[in-house]
Amino acid sequence: MSSVLRPRRRKGAERPVGTPLPLWLPAGGALALILLPVLGLFARVDPARLPALLTSPAALSALRLSLRTAVLATGVSVLLGGPLAVVLARSRIPGKRLLRGAVLLPLVLPPVVGGLALLYLLGRTGPVGAVLEQWFGLTVPYTTTAVVLAQTFVAMPFLVVSLEGALRAAGTEHERMAATLGAGPWLTFRRVTLPMVLPALVSGLVLTFARALGEFGATITFAGSLRGTTRTLPLAVYTEAQADVDAAVAMSLLLVAIALLVIVVARPRAVG
Amino acid sequence: MEAGPSTGEGLSAEVRLRRPGFELDVTCAVRPGEVLAVLGPNGAGKSTLLGTLTGSVLPEHGRVALDGRVWLDTRRGVDLPTHRRRVGLLAQRPTLFPHLSVLENVAFGPRAGGDRARRARAIAREWLDRLDVAELAGRAPARLSGGQAQRVALARALAADPEVLLLDEPLSALDVDTAPAMRGLLHRVLGAQRTPCVLVTHDVLDAVVLADRVLVLDGGGVVERGETGRVLARPRTSFTARIAGLNLVRGTAVAEGVEVDGVTVRGGTAEPVEPGEPAAAVFAPSAVAVHRAAPEGSPRNVVEVRLLGLEPRGDTVRLRAETEAGDEAVPLTAEVTPAAVAELALKPGDRVFFAVKATEVAVHPLSVG
Repeated sequence: MSSVLRPRRRKGAERPVGTPLPLWLPAGGALALILLPVLGLFARVDPARLPALLTSPAALSALRLSLRTAVLATGVSVLLGGPLAVVLARSRIPGKRLLRGAVLLPLVLPPVVGGLALLYLLGRTGPVGAVLEQWFGLTVPYTTTAVVLAQTFVAMPFLVVSLEGALRAAGTEHERMAATLGAGPWLTFRRVTLPMVLPALVSGLVLTFARALGEFGATITFAGSLRGTTRTLPLAVYTEAQADVDAAVAMSLLLVAIALLVIVVARPRAVG
Repeated sequence: MEAGPSTGEGLSAEVRLRRPGFELDVTCAVRPGEVLAVLGPNGAGKSTLLGTLTGSVLPEHGRVALDGRVWLDTRRGVDLPTHRRRVGLLAQRPTLFPHLSVLENVAFGPRAGGDRARRARAIAREWLDRLDVAELAGRAPARLSGGQAQRVALARALAADPEVLLLDEPLSALDVDTAPAMRGLLHRVLGAQRTPCVLVTHDVLDAVVLADRVLVLDGGGVVERGETGRVLARPRTSFTARIAGLNLVRGTAVAEGVEVDGVTVRGGTAEPVEPGEPAAAVFAPSAVAVHRAAPEGSPRNVVEVRLLGLEPRGDTVRLRAETEAGDEAVPLTAEVTPAAVAELALKPGDRVFFAVKATEVAVHPLSVG
C-alpha cells in the first residue's frame, strides 16, 4: 500500500525531507475544508438553468459593476499605494514602523467596521462628508464611488505590503550603482527600481484585484446594495440567496471561475 | 611625499569622521592617470573613504574636489549627490542590473548621460569589444560567470565616461582561477586611463600590479604612503611590513621571468606580461631556503645576500637581508625555523645564499605611472 503513496522519484534525485505521519491527516482535513464546499457548489447547480441564470439582467449588471469597480479600486491602489510602498521601503521618516503597522489595519479589521468608519467619515454628517456636500454638492455614500472607496480601503494593503516587501528584499545596491552611472533618482526609479520589482508589483496587483472583487462587508455598509449602482457580484449573491438559491449559486460559480483564472494566470505569491 | 589636498589637477580628498568605536582621518591626492591603492585591514576605514568619494557617506568634516571643482565641502555646505559626481565604480560584486541585457547594462551610463539609445549602444559595444567580452552582449546577467560579470561591470563603469575611477576590492569575490585574468585586464585598462583612480584592496598583489602609489590605512589613519615599489619594498612601519609580507623584485620582463641588473629571476607568469615591460618577481619569505654555500640542482634562483637582522615571530624566524651585487641593493626576507638558524649559526652581517625555486616565483606586470 505504502508504495502507492510514495511518489516515484528519478534515480539520483534528492530525497524529500521526511514529513511526520501525524501531519498527514489534518493536512487532508484542511484541503477538504477548502475544496469540498466549492465542489458542493457545482453539485448544487442545475445545468439546464445555468446559461439562463448567468445571463440574467441581474447577474450581468452585477458582473459589469464588479469588474468596473474592482479595476478602478486596483488602479487607485496602484496610484496611491505604490508610492506609499516606495516611501515606506526607502525613505527615512520618523515613526515608519508605526505607519507600516497602520497599513496592515484594513487587513486585520473586519470589513464591516471599515465600511462603518468610511460611512462616518464621508457620510452627510461626517467631518469630510459634510464639507463635500455643502461646498461641492457631492454625496459619496451609496454611490458607485463609495463601492470603489470601500474596495480600495480593504484591498490596497495587499499591494502596499507585497510591493514594500519586494523593494526591501531587492535592496539599494543596484540603485546606488545607477547613481554612480549618472542616473538621477527619477531615472533610477523608472529604469532600475520599477523593473526589478515588476514581478512583485504584478502579483500584488492580482491579489488586490481579487480582494476588491470579493469585497462585501465594507461595501454593503458604506455603499448599500442598490441594483446597478452598488450591488456588486458578492452583494448580488447574498441578495439572491434569500429569493432564488439557484441564481445565487450561478453567480457564485462566476466568482469561483474568476478566482481560478486569477490563480492560474497570475499565480500570486503569498503576501507577507 | 605628496602634499595634502590641493586645488590643482586630479582628485583631492580630505575626510574626517567619528563614529562610536571608529575614527577616520585621511587626506589624499591622486593625479590624472595615476592609480592610488588604499591598503589596510578590514575596518581600517577603506570603504568609508570610498563612500565619501562616491557620495554615499557624509563625513563630519570633508572636502573632495576634482580638477578644482568641489564635490564636497562640509564647511561651505557643498555636497553633490552621487549622480552629479561622475564616479565610475567597480565594486566587489558586479551588481549588474538583472532585468537588462549585458549590452543594455553597459549602455546605461551613456543613456543616463543623455545619449540616444542607438549611440549609447554603440558606445557599449565598443567597450565590450575593448574588454574582450563583445560576444556576451545579448546575454542576461544571470547567465554570466563571475569573471565575465565583473568584466561587464568594468565595461559599464568605463562606458559612463567617469572622471574618477573607484575600484572597491574588485578581485576579492573572484575565484583564484579568474582573479589573475581580471587583474591583468585591469592592468591593461588602467594603464590607458587618464582619470585619477582609487583602488581599495586588502591584497598587496593588487597594489603591486595596478597601483603607482599606495596609502596604508590602519585604525582610521594613514600609517604610510608613497610610491608602491618603495613602500612595499622598504616598509617603514611594522604594520606595512606585515601586510606587504612578500618579497618583491622589480625589473624587466623576459621570457623566463624578470631581469634585474643582468640577473634573471626565473618564475611563472601570473598575469600576461610582454617581454621588455616593467615586471616584478613575487615570492613568499617562507619559500626561501638559506644556505651557507651556493646550492646546486633543480631550477632555482640563488642570490648572495648580507643578513641585516633576525626577527623571531612565533615559531619561525624572519631574516631580513639585502643583495650585494648590482647597482641597487634589493631587500629580501626569508622565513626559516629556529632550528635552521641555530644549525647555520646565522647572525646579522653574515653573507649567505638565498635560494627559491622557480615554481614558487610569480611574475606580475607592474604599473607604470
